[in-house]
Amino acid sequence: MTVVPLLTARGLTMRFGGVTAVDAVDLTLGEVELRCLIGPNGAGKSTFFKMLTGQLQPSAGEIRFRGQDITGAKTHRIARLGVGIKTQVPNVFNGLSVRENVFIAASRMGSMRRARQLAEAAMDRLGLGPIAHRLVGQLAHGQRQWVEIGTVLAQDPELILLDEPAAGMTHEEVVRTSALIREINRTHALIVVEHDMQFIRMIAKTVTVFNQGRILVEDHVDRVLADQRVRDVYLGKQAA
Amino acid sequence: MTGARAGWAGFAAMIAAGVLLLVGLPMVTDLFGLVQATLFVAMAVLALSQGFIWGYGGIMSFGQSAFFGLGAYTYAVATINLGDSTLPVLLTIAIPAAFAALLGYFMFYGRISDAYVGVITLTVTVILFNVMNSTAGDAYHIGAAQLGGFNGIPSVPPLNWPGDPSAALDPQQIWYFAAGVLILVYALLRGILASRYGRVVVAIRENETRAMLLGYDPRLYKLLTFTIGGAVAGIAGCLYVNWSGFISPPVFGLAQSAQIIIFALLGGLGTLLGPIIGAVAVQYLINAIGTQQTLNANLLLGVILMGFVLLVPQGVVPAARVLLRGLLDRGRGVRVTEAAERRA
Repeated sequence: MTVVPLLTARGLTMRFGGVTAVDAVDLTLGEVELRCLIGPNGAGKSTFFKMLTGQLQPSAGEIRFRGQDITGAKTHRIARLGVGIKTQVPNVFNGLSVRENVFIAASRMGSMRRARQLAEAAMDRLGLGPIAHRLVGQLAHGQRQWVEIGTVLAQDPELILLDEPAAGMTHEEVVRTSALIREINRTHALIVVEHDMQFIRMIAKTVTVFNQGRILVEDHVDRVLADQRVRDVYLGKQAA
Repeated sequence: MTGARAGWAGFAAMIAAGVLLLVGLPMVTDLFGLVQATLFVAMAVLALSQGFIWGYGGIMSFGQSAFFGLGAYTYAVATINLGDSTLPVLLTIAIPAAFAALLGYFMFYGRISDAYVGVITLTVTVILFNVMNSTAGDAYHIGAAQLGGFNGIPSVPPLNWPGDPSAALDPQQIWYFAAGVLILVYALLRGILASRYGRVVVAIRENETRAMLLGYDPRLYKLLTFTIGGAVAGIAGCLYVNWSGFISPPVFGLAQSAQIIIFALLGGLGTLLGPIIGAVAVQYLINAIGTQQTLNANLLLGVILMGFVLLVPQGVVPAARVLLRGLLDRGRGVRVTEAAERRA
């Protein structure tokens, strides 16, 4: 018997009118794998995430989660199967406290008590305790990102998608985030979209490069960052 | 968990104040005052329905009057036909709730945008107004109840003791019933909001996308919220028709819909106490103006609304809360600075 991958995308395509944002992308992710997605702006990374989470209906292609076809399924159904996402622009409950944000995420299944435990655990993990009572809308951008990651952890997903988790963070916060991602990766699979090359170097093993809606190259991080084509389309100016 | 304890204390205080009013008001006011207070309470229940679905659920309904009127007409028609008011009271909850569920299903599962929810609810109440307006003549009746077109249904039988149509409630007993319903509705909504369901409802108001990404189906939560709002507005209609003794199409009218929104806005969205206070204050003003006839009530309402939107956009109760917290913090702040100075 062959091993069923955690996530497979086959020929995944998204067209907006005449623009093809994602063009026949094939991607396979194993259990407990950490994958980094990089690529220039408009390469289709966030669109790809939106199709994985049901926020966009693919024009063509197929997505399977542990073998189950989830192509075009409703967002909340995909979330219930165990896909959590931190979106590029933080999607948080601004008018609620940090604790309430994380609690809502934890409370979809099980009792209120279990939810409270899960929420406290997620907050401890992220060190959100000291700001637990603050309104999320009043927090700094970096902190809001952490709250959003906290909600994603509290929902206890099988696969975690992080869209630019380090954006707007201070260097110290970036280091903490990378440590956190490596820790999460001990038990969970992740796909991380990021622009910060230092950050990619801190966490990445396998990197997939998107360009103009297609996969340009997929390989080990060192080979990818050394690849001349990748430098040409993307890294040119900021190659570290 | 001091927040939870403070919440419980506030809740207990509110219920105690409600019971005190329920029991105490008949002792300190005459029958006229009590009858007026019954109207205030009916409007407060109506305002709670708006405050719940709008302030917590983020559903902008311009037509809560549809469910209010439906509740009132349901009571009138059912009581005239059945004699006994027991089942009709339950119907004033069930029928508006069912209607809200049906309407809500098409609105929320059709995924129309928030603005259109406002447009559709407004249209629905205008349609009901026009339909009831055109039921003049003997041909329009439901059982023994003549609908009466613009003149409405006169002499609607008041509530009676369950199972005994001959034992009609007097105005004082109707006050007890109305105030009891208000306390019950308030307690119920507080309970709902404290539950997991209620917290998700608020979360959806804050960010529908995030709620979906966490696995919640906003359509279902909004539908439930809207249905509860319909039920609450329906029982308010039952109280209203028991206060007035007759019912006519203006309960569905635009003026009525607008008033409900003003109740909730003045009192403060995102609170339950706010809409109650807003309803009582505005209805008191309308009554006061109505007796002296020198000012147009709608004109004054408009001015008050504009004043509030400009000066206290968050409403009375939230503004008072902020003020109170500020005073408390200042008191505490002084102590902290003093302590710091002593240490220095």
